[in-house]
Amino acid sequence: MTDITKEAMMPPRSFLSQDAIQVFYRLLAALLICAVLAVLSDSFLSLGNILNVLRQASLTFFIASGLTLVVLTAGLDLSVGANVALSACIAGTVIHKTGSPALGILTGLACGGLVGLLNGIMVTALRIPSFIATYGMLWVLNGLTYWYMAGETLHGFPAGFRQIGSGYLFGLPIPVYLLLVFLGIGTLFAQRTIWGQEIYAIGANPVAARLSGIPVARRLLLVYAVSGTMAGLASIIFLSRLNSAEADIGESLTLPAIAAVLIGGTSLFGGVGTVFGTFIGALILTLVLNGMNLLSVSANWQPLVTGIIVILAVWLDMKTRRRAQ
Amino acid sequence: MRDTAVVSQPNPLQRIPGVAIVLAALIALFSAIAPGFLSVANLSNVLVQSTILTMLALPMTLIIMTEGLDLSMGAVLTLTSLCVAIVSLATKSMLLGLGAGLVVGAAFGIANGWLVAILGIPPFVATLGTLGMAQGLSLIVSDGQSVVGIPHSVRDIYSSTLLGIPVPIVMALVTYAAFHGLLYHTRFGTYIFALGGNREALRYAGLSPNKLLIAVYAIGGAMAGIAGLLMTARMNSGHPTAGLGLEFDAIAAVAVGGTSFERGNGWLLGTLLGVLSVGVLRNGLNLISLPSSVQVASVGVLVIVALFLDGLRSRA
Repeated sequence: MTDITKEAMMPPRSFLSQDAIQVFYRLLAALLICAVLAVLSDSFLSLGNILNVLRQASLTFFIASGLTLVVLTAGLDLSVGANVALSACIAGTVIHKTGSPALGILTGLACGGLVGLLNGIMVTALRIPSFIATYGMLWVLNGLTYWYMAGETLHGFPAGFRQIGSGYLFGLPIPVYLLLVFLGIGTLFAQRTIWGQEIYAIGANPVAARLSGIPVARRLLLVYAVSGTMAGLASIIFLSRLNSAEADIGESLTLPAIAAVLIGGTSLFGGVGTVFGTFIGALILTLVLNGMNLLSVSANWQPLVTGIIVILAVWLDMKTRRRAQ
Repeated sequence: MRDTAVVSQPNPLQRIPGVAIVLAALIALFSAIAPGFLSVANLSNVLVQSTILTMLALPMTLIIMTEGLDLSMGAVLTLTSLCVAIVSLATKSMLLGLGAGLVVGAAFGIANGWLVAILGIPPFVATLGTLGMAQGLSLIVSDGQSVVGIPHSVRDIYSSTLLGIPVPIVMALVTYAAFHGLLYHTRFGTYIFALGGNREALRYAGLSPNKLLIAVYAIGGAMAGIAGLLMTARMNSGHPTAGLGLEFDAIAAVAVGGTSFERGNGWLLGTLLGVLSVGVLRNGLNLISLPSSVQVASVGVLVIVALFLDGLRSRA
């Protein structure tokens, strides 16, 4: 009890040295994977493949960055993948009907954010445990999306809109720039703003956070809404990259996003972790999946490997932190 | 709150209203709006179709009573269903197929229990990881294709009757009786109540909570193996996505049935009524020609409402 209280009382910046070490280990792991893949496959180090890895990692990162904030509060959002699918389908319809990409983007972000807000309401006002509330939401969204699409596929979007997901600027894919922007915003928000610090405090000790005057419910609402909005953003990138939307595009997205957060060192028990760590996590996961692809391992193996990675990541994180304390 | 909790005893009188009202309301609703809902053929259809869910929801009740969760159950069921199909196809033996399903299911259950009890990984993440693993293995062993041409001995399990009662219903009733006996009339059952309510007491009594917890998850995996046989028999094939998402119906049945996610008490009869509620809901929506997507969304809403009411009650 006293340990927990002490941890919550410490100024969060003192986490950074511990976090810096954790991030350093993960960067080493990423480099190691790169070295192994460079030896095993000739095409790994080609510019095209590296840009591909970065673009792929950025897609995982958009979903995982919002999720990181949720996990920092000791919550979980299992609905992110289904949210991406619904937002993409609705945004795609709006673009088709109105011909306006801007309106479509706004709709996608709003849809994602609204779903996130509903998650937040279930967790705060209805006090349903987050993993089960968002799991229920997952199936509600899945059902809505399949019903709405009725087996149809939307495709063929304006060329300007498709630039967002597949275009290049100065030789780098546009999603990579977006990744840098949101990495910066996320890190600044979590580490340098009062709201960010309050989110860490809620995760470390919700009771202490409430007693010290933090509006816990409002911050939680914010966190789930941000997670939903980031899923909405990811849906736009997906839509413009794939140039099509189907009801099932979200099914393989949730597990990788959770894997990225956990590999990145954010603790499931809340209060510990960084958005930058999640970026490294997304990179490591993408490298592994990309490597399997280059070594011609069937895509059927991806869920198995991702599942093993999720468990390994949690276990390693618990082990190293236990030793550090 | 935890300190004062003793081994909880089920208190049916307090809970009968919730789930019974839900079931009665659903039956009344669909009797009114769905033509043919009240026919004997349709009602017996609902019962037969609820058997696979019963086999998942009963062990899910025990797991949730330990303040755990098993998100991998649907994916493990898919994998065991494929194992039953592949092994029975290769050996022409239904029993060897069932054996393979049981072994694979129990192995996943033990793995879940080990991750949760020994490594201390939160259940919803540990079983989310094994969900991915089971789903991946399903794709790998089937190469993404259906397994067809399985022996008649497997298919007949679903369509044959015993003393005029369909065999799946007999299996579900036997399962319910076994779980009832296990939970309410054995020491092991009492320990399961204690796993959720008061783990310290188990330690003081010289028992290993970890071993008990692994046993509970192993039962869940083994039941997914038996349900896998029924699934293969029902579809007359093995399919790599057959059971995905079924764990959600199981969780819904448990939640509607009044088992709490936080206080370590459970009620098997409630779960059975919960299974029937989910079955009636899906069947009724089907009869009024709403697609399965709407059924999925409605089950989602049902869970959220049930949990909300559960939360209200625990605060009252």
